[in-house]
Amino acid sequence: MMNLRVLPGGARPSASRDYTGFPDEALLALAAREDEEALAQLYDRYSRIAYGLALRIVRDQALAEDAVQEAFLTVWRTAGSFRSDRAKPSTWILTLVHRRAVDVVRREERRRAAPLEGTEEPDERGLAADQEIELSDRRRLVQEALRRLPDEQREALELAYYGGLTQSELAERLSVPLGTIKSRMFTGLRRLRDLLAEAGLDEPLAEL
Amino acid sequence: MEQELIHELVAAYALDALDDSEQREFEEHLAGCEQCRAEIEGLRDAAAALAYVPEGPAPPPALRERVLERVHEDQRSNVVPLRRRYTLPAVATFAVAAAAAAIVLAVWASSLSSSLDRKVEIAKVLASGTRVALGTGSQVVVGPDGHAVVVSSLGRAPAGKTYELWVIQGENVRPAGLFAQGKPGSPVLLSRRVPQGGHVGLSIEKSGGVDQPTHIVGETPPLT
Repeated sequence: MMNLRVLPGGARPSASRDYTGFPDEALLALAAREDEEALAQLYDRYSRIAYGLALRIVRDQALAEDAVQEAFLTVWRTAGSFRSDRAKPSTWILTLVHRRAVDVVRREERRRAAPLEGTEEPDERGLAADQEIELSDRRRLVQEALRRLPDEQREALELAYYGGLTQSELAERLSVPLGTIKSRMFTGLRRLRDLLAEAGLDEPLAEL
Repeated sequence: MEQELIHELVAAYALDALDDSEQREFEEHLAGCEQCRAEIEGLRDAAAALAYVPEGPAPPPALRERVLERVHEDQRSNVVPLRRRYTLPAVATFAVAAAAAAIVLAVWASSLSSSLDRKVEIAKVLASGTRVALGTGSQVVVGPDGHAVVVSSLGRAPAGKTYELWVIQGENVRPAGLFAQGKPGSPVLLSRRVPQGGHVGLSIEKSGGVDQPTHIVGETPPLT
């Protein structure tokens, strides 16, 4: 490893480092250099959201845990290919989690007919209070933006993202032409992007 | 697929709502379509924002242990070779050009308190230098005489911490300046020249800086 070669003693991060407050980008760069503590910090920052998302999609605790585990392993293995000029770290990580969960649900065929209701009682343990508040603020902003979308656009986005349905499955489920589904997703996601930008949701999650 | 329709797939792609063959087809299209590439980042951000909505239980503590154990055991057999991280894909060309434009603006906007000499030196390096990726959203521009400027999109350093630059040659690692990054994009002139074959490193250290780096987060390949 390059840094070990060029840097004298003390350059290799030990297991006890405190990475609180480090930007996500820096943690990914450290993870790319095999720093396990940096990966642990990223896990602590994003596992709550990742697990909630995976559970919503796969509807099964063991499968959700598998999806989260595999996603973070992919973060670890491919951190070196992350490019900060092309994506936000949070988007990159959550995209990996989403993909993994969708792969699982498509493979397992455990999709539910009504994937949007009936989640478990929220258990708010496990995060620091300020992080918990920020997460619920963020959740509220996104929910508010979703509410402002026309019903059929919101439905298409939610069924695709949380249901893990492909566009063709969506068209079949909703009995509308594929072209209509494509337009709804395209228009809906663009509008969501603009609404989120208006609401100021483009800051990284606080690096607590 | 009709050309005007394939652009619309950028949303389904961002939502992971394409099947395998559609996804492959779209990725081929994406590689050659500037319009879609310009759109994908924002749409991915919007899709990822949906991840914050589900309210579920916290992940079991045993999952954390399992993930970290797997990470520890992982032999990283699938890892991208280190060298590859230094190559700039063609896709990045536009971003680099935009960054260069931002740099030029930043030079003229840079604080009046910095000395004119320093500004002139920075301008000379930026005008004549070679641009190299430092990682972590940062680039180094090295002039022919070894003067180097770092331009970073990093946010403010964590409380009580600073970014520190290093000039590295073999076993010899020497501090080359601190910056806390108040204004992203402002160029920082390294306090020492980079010798032939030397590297530039970036680390995060306690405020005031240190003599030897502890948290290297970015490093250039050898500069020639």
